[in-house]
Amino acid sequence: MKKIEAIIRPEKFNIVRDALTELGYPGMTVTEVKGHGSQKGISEVWRGRRYRVDLLSKIKLEIVVKEEDVDKIVDTISTEAQTGSIGDGKIFVLNVENVYRIRTKEKDNTAI
Amino acid sequence: MKYVYNKFMIGIWLLLIIGLFVFGMGVVEAAGDPNGSNTYSDSIEGLKISINVVWTLIAAFLVFSMQSGFAFLGGFLRQKNMLNYLAHCFIDSTLGACVFYFFGFAVMFGGAKTYSGLDVGWSGLGWDGFMLLGDAYDVKTVMFWLFQMVFATKTVTIIAGAVAERMKFVPYVIYSCLMCGIIYPLYGHWVWGGGWLSTLPIGNGVVDFAGCAVVHTVGGIMALMGAWAVGPRKGKYNPDGSPNAIPGHNMTYVVVGCFILAFGWFGFNAGSTVAGTDLRISIIATNTFLAAAAGAAIMLFFTWKRQGFVDVSFVCNGALAGLVAITAPCAYVPPWSAIVIGVLAGLIMRGTVSLVEVKLKIDDPLGAVAVHGANGMWGMLAVGLFADGTYGINGLILGNGEQLLAQFIGTIVAFAYALAFGGAVFFGLKGTIGLRSSALEEEEGLDIAYHGTSCYPVEEGLFGAVGEQVIDVQAEKEQLSLLEEAISKDRTREKIYSEKLGRWVYGKAK
Ligand SMILES: Nc1ncnc2c1ncn2[C@@H]1O[C@H](COP(=O)(O)OP(=O)(O)OP(=O)(O)O)[C@@H](O)[C@H]1O
Ligand SMILES: [Mg+2]
Repeated sequence: MKKIEAIIRPEKFNIVRDALTELGYPGMTVTEVKGHGSQKGISEVWRGRRYRVDLLSKIKLEIVVKEEDVDKIVDTISTEAQTGSIGDGKIFVLNVENVYRIRTKEKDNTAI
Repeated sequence: MKYVYNKFMIGIWLLLIIGLFVFGMGVVEAAGDPNGSNTYSDSIEGLKISINVVWTLIAAFLVFSMQSGFAFLGGFLRQKNMLNYLAHCFIDSTLGACVFYFFGFAVMFGGAKTYSGLDVGWSGLGWDGFMLLGDAYDVKTVMFWLFQMVFATKTVTIIAGAVAERMKFVPYVIYSCLMCGIIYPLYGHWVWGGGWLSTLPIGNGVVDFAGCAVVHTVGGIMALMGAWAVGPRKGKYNPDGSPNAIPGHNMTYVVVGCFILAFGWFGFNAGSTVAGTDLRISIIATNTFLAAAAGAAIMLFFTWKRQGFVDVSFVCNGALAGLVAITAPCAYVPPWSAIVIGVLAGLIMRGTVSLVEVKLKIDDPLGAVAVHGANGMWGMLAVGLFADGTYGINGLILGNGEQLLAQFIGTIVAFAYALAFGGAVFFGLKGTIGLRSSALEEEEGLDIAYHGTSCYPVEEGLFGAVGEQVIDVQAEKEQLSLLEEAISKDRTREKIYSEKLGRWVYGKAK
């Protein structure tokens, strides 16, 4: 089992979710996060003065899936969330040791 | 900011101020009664005048407070566009007021002859009292100006709610000036400034006590045209045309806004006597409140029955609908009619919301068309139905149908007038400078896009460095236009029916 952690633009969240629903996925956790990549933020204006915003709003999706589903989900997210402009986000894929469903105490693949 | 400081702008401001100064010097000789010494006397008559002036001013202050009610209704909108909506409210009540001072007031009340300095005007157009100069520089005329100014700026703001979350800033400013300068005053002149509708030889002419037609029908129908021209918010309608709910961000604001509006409405309606010595004010204030209460109560039961729970947003809109509908009849009808008017107002509001959203497919986030447009018209007709003769107007309940006919004419004219002007202004702007925000601006929120900051800035701790910094503005712009292009393409994608979602979605071609 793998966990896909995708950090995407908030503007793209709805379209990514629609596409994932179409594809099918077991479940997801969504968090509003703040962060920056290599450019370290953008500038904004407050009362006529420009200042640098180091941390930008992003959406983090976490989806735990069976190993064989990883590729198509990663592919869908990366095509849908891409704009070609800096700050499109990243996808990390991590190993997951165990999964338990609390209601039934099922384990691993059946519990996803 | 850079525009305010640049030399060119300073020149313009100076010219304007000097011009006003010179112009003012020339006409300061011919004045009405600028310090009130000729108007006031130590007699009963003098005291009556004082009471009337004080009453009207207090009412004007109350009406002014309604602007904060409107501002709070922004709770119906999403957080990311709140500041833009507030900016609209603020522009209307400040820039709009200036325009009304320079131009609108003279168009509306020139020729009304009700106060000093309002002599020149015809039945179609007024032309006197510009800038409150000359004979209009008079305590009573200026009192009247203040009271009318707050009305004008309220009317302008009605539209802000209908076009919220998706309109460019510049066209809104242009619209706001046109509305305060000519659109609102012209129709207002016909009904309140001694124009042709008020002198119509049917019944008592068109009667609109505090502005069901002048303020609400005109405002509400302009709102319809504005919302139509600018198009629905992104995500409001699915590709198959079914509407989605776009929840607002703060219902506390909405409820507080309603209370403030209702409070201000006492001034709006009862102040329209322009006289504290006219004791009808107690009936007017009570009618006003009863209609609001009835409008809210009917929506309480209606939503409870229909939706299975009490929908607070509709209860609030029901109260506002009642307030709008009682605006014209408040002085002429008995309290029991206020209840009937309010109940029907609530239902009319609910029906119009569905009509506009589902049938016409026009996106009106605050329900301006349903609350103001539809109920402005209903209130006008209600005068012709329920006026009981105790305040000079005889309605159908006394067996007199003539007034109803006059009201009907006034309403139809207001409707057509606003449709025509609204169409001309909004589609005109759409065809020239454009009305609609770009897809990216709309997506990230108009607050950041137009005002440089969010309405609810993030906590301090999250900022790494606040202060001036060297930024490659050019590179930033390039990246932005790339993003702009990508986001605006999202809505032109292939439409795919999703079995799993049960609706149409925008998909990417495989
Ligand atoms: N190495 C990282 N570790 C953790 N989070 C990261 C990392 N890189 C990026 N992120 C997260 O992803 C978000 C978007 O990053 P971003 O797309 O700007 O990355 P980038 O490397 O700068 O690429 P680009 O050049 O396209 O901007 C950041 O706001 C941050 O939350
Ligand atoms: Mg980056």
